[in-house]
Amino acid sequence: MPLVKNGRITTDLFVHVADGAELPGDGAVFIPAARFLEDPEPILKRAGKTGVIWPNNRAVDDLVPYLGRLAAVALVFPTFRDGRAYSQARLLRERHGYDGELRATGQVLRDQFVFMSRAGFDAFEVKKDADADAFAETMKRYSVFYQPTGDGRVTALNRRMQLRHSESAGQ
Amino acid sequence: MYAYDELDRTLINERVSEFRDQVKRRLSGELTEDEFKILRLQNGVYLQLHAYMFRVAIPYGTLSSKQLRRLAHIARRYDRGYGHFTTRQNIQFNWIKLAELPDALAELAEVGIHAMQTSGNNMRNVTSDQWAGVAPGEVEDPRIWSEILRQHTTLHPEFSFLPRKFKIAITASEHDRAAIKIHDIGLRLHKNADGETGFEVLVGGGLGRTPFIAKTIKPFVHGRDILSYVEAILRVYNQYGRRDNIYKARIKILVHELGIEKFAREVDEEWRQMGHSALTLDHSAIEEVRSRFSYPPYEKLPHMPDELKEAAHDPLFERWRKNSVAPHKVQGYSIVTLSLKPVGGPPGDASADQMDALADLADRYSFGEIRVGHEQNLALPHVAKRDLPQLWKALDRLGLATPNVNLVTDIIACPGLDYCSLANARSIPIAQELTRRFANHDTADMIGRLHINISGCINACGHHHVGHIGILGVEKNGEEFYQITIGGRADENAQMGVLIGPAVPYAEVADVIEDIVEAYLALRDRPEELFVDTVKRLGVEPFKERVYATR
Amino acid sequence: MTSPLEQKKIRIAGPSVVTANRTWDGVVVYRTAQQGWSTVLSDAAIVSTSDDARALLAESVADDVGAVGAYIAPVELNGGVIKPGNLREHIRSKGVTIDLLPA
Repeated sequence: MPLVKNGRITTDLFVHVADGAELPGDGAVFIPAARFLEDPEPILKRAGKTGVIWPNNRAVDDLVPYLGRLAAVALVFPTFRDGRAYSQARLLRERHGYDGELRATGQVLRDQFVFMSRAGFDAFEVKKDADADAFAETMKRYSVFYQPTGDGRVTALNRRMQLRHSESAGQ
Repeated sequence: MYAYDELDRTLINERVSEFRDQVKRRLSGELTEDEFKILRLQNGVYLQLHAYMFRVAIPYGTLSSKQLRRLAHIARRYDRGYGHFTTRQNIQFNWIKLAELPDALAELAEVGIHAMQTSGNNMRNVTSDQWAGVAPGEVEDPRIWSEILRQHTTLHPEFSFLPRKFKIAITASEHDRAAIKIHDIGLRLHKNADGETGFEVLVGGGLGRTPFIAKTIKPFVHGRDILSYVEAILRVYNQYGRRDNIYKARIKILVHELGIEKFAREVDEEWRQMGHSALTLDHSAIEEVRSRFSYPPYEKLPHMPDELKEAAHDPLFERWRKNSVAPHKVQGYSIVTLSLKPVGGPPGDASADQMDALADLADRYSFGEIRVGHEQNLALPHVAKRDLPQLWKALDRLGLATPNVNLVTDIIACPGLDYCSLANARSIPIAQELTRRFANHDTADMIGRLHINISGCINACGHHHVGHIGILGVEKNGEEFYQITIGGRADENAQMGVLIGPAVPYAEVADVIEDIVEAYLALRDRPEELFVDTVKRLGVEPFKERVYATR
Repeated sequence: MTSPLEQKKIRIAGPSVVTANRTWDGVVVYRTAQQGWSTVLSDAAIVSTSDDARALLAESVADDVGAVGAYIAPVELNGGVIKPGNLREHIRSKGVTIDLLPA
């Protein structure tokens, strides 16, 4: 499954550590939320980077105390029709100021890339190779956005008001 | 009218090209139906019994003549020459080909029409009063706010995959013509003690298998805060709405299961945490949207022009005027409702030729503007009273002057088993038979205001729960049967109708409705007592007795 | 519409066909014995056992590009003539039962 990060297909440096599996001594790891919360300190004090896989039916509040020490958070789309992780992503980015890697996992498909990116995801475990190849092109599909989110894109309303301002300033 | 600017146009064109690519990938097999289904639904494309059905949004029910002509063109070029206006200010085409849909969407985009989010588990078309901006006594034009909400909820990155569909309706009049109490969110525009504009926010209304009247979650939310408050509701719903059972996924179930107080606390807590955000609308932002609504250059006209006095001698004209013409906020003008319920016709259907001719009439008599109401009728919102006689003649020739607005033959009906893959029973032929039974306009006038609503299945697209008389199609051993409810209403006093007894077979429905109407005529205490008020006064029993005594 | 998944356990009570809508234009089609689709009901492959019905359905569902929403539908056989087995299928086969707009 290709990983798209910063707009490009890249090698995934993180190892997914399953619940019962032994924790590697170093290297970047993704840990399931329950295992992480059970005893976070030893995990965070390891040599490698720590990522947490957070389920979409648990409030992100429980993760907030650790955000500053995490290199990555993976949110889950069990199917692309289940949109809970969009809210979690926006809360992590916009309310809790998380600025590490925010990875979309699960059924991650081309037609949701723009939504995910706007909600704050910057890394994507893409289900299909063809979709990963089409990432850059797909992200160019839209140039107009109606909602203000934390992604910094200027909304249509703001562009209109800027335009109006510059028109009236020019008169 | 709201005028699209370059940004709105760019967005819908980008949407069309995205969908063109998605259709191409579907037809090549790159996308499975399972993956494609949601994408097509989000562009208003259903798969029905005979073909794909294409639902096009008419935001807050406002259309220009140019847009109506384009809808006529779509009906002719891509479909079978007609369209069906729905209970949520949309129009549906029944025979569209998937391979041609991107072209149809591109042609619609040229005139600022789209089909975004007319289906799917996202925010649907934001609806409003079809008399918005012209009704006397309105707080202000609710379409400004409808448009603000429409933009905000279009391709929303957080709320495009909600547990279930989500519908908002807005009214700014005392008399609710937008049925806000049966919506996921209902917004009633009003002013607070300081004269500031804001909204009473209602939540959790809806029909279907588990009907609920919406409850007030906040009596006043300031206009500047409406986006953040709606966003707080949606965020709570997106996270906690049920996703395990499609029948329990609407927000009404969450509100019901938590209780309105607890739900309100969740929303308030979320709203508090959002604080003052980019969603807060400052005055200039609201004015920016308001400035792009244009209003006609009304003339100063007499209240009672000579043309109208003269035409009053024609009893047919007078009957139509009394039935279909309503007061306008500007002196000398009227709002004219056009019945899409001709005797024997399918409720809400209009032919391409009718749409074209009506667009011409709108240009001549209504500043090029047409409205669509949830009762599946159309309206011309700015007709000079002096033009009413001429307009009436023209409408009559088009079959658009049936004087039955709000009467027993002004029936709301879903497409039913004739078109719909969800239906258990037919709706349209029941409506057609009823319009024939009550075809005599004198009789219908004498009966007075009476809303019959028909749904072909429990999903309730025909709003049967809130019909004064509701008819719900069910299937029993492969046969069509119909449950009858009475006493429902969809206005500011909205309530659900009460079942009168066992379901009756297809062939008996019209007889039963006639019995109910006859019982009402015998029971009402004066001619002005409406059917629904008689039911309220006497309850279901006398009607039940009348219907089942001989069956 | 009854999804194929829900029909897994369904046993047929009489002669049946598999029907769906053609992907590119949505037209009603029936699965033929030659593993294709036809718009004509009399071309349909008729099955009369539940095992055959499930097999025909499985094969039909596999053709996701050709047609959408395949399911088993009852038919009536009268002296070699196939007719739709219920009102819904009658409407799909013959069209709407109503008068359209009055002229």
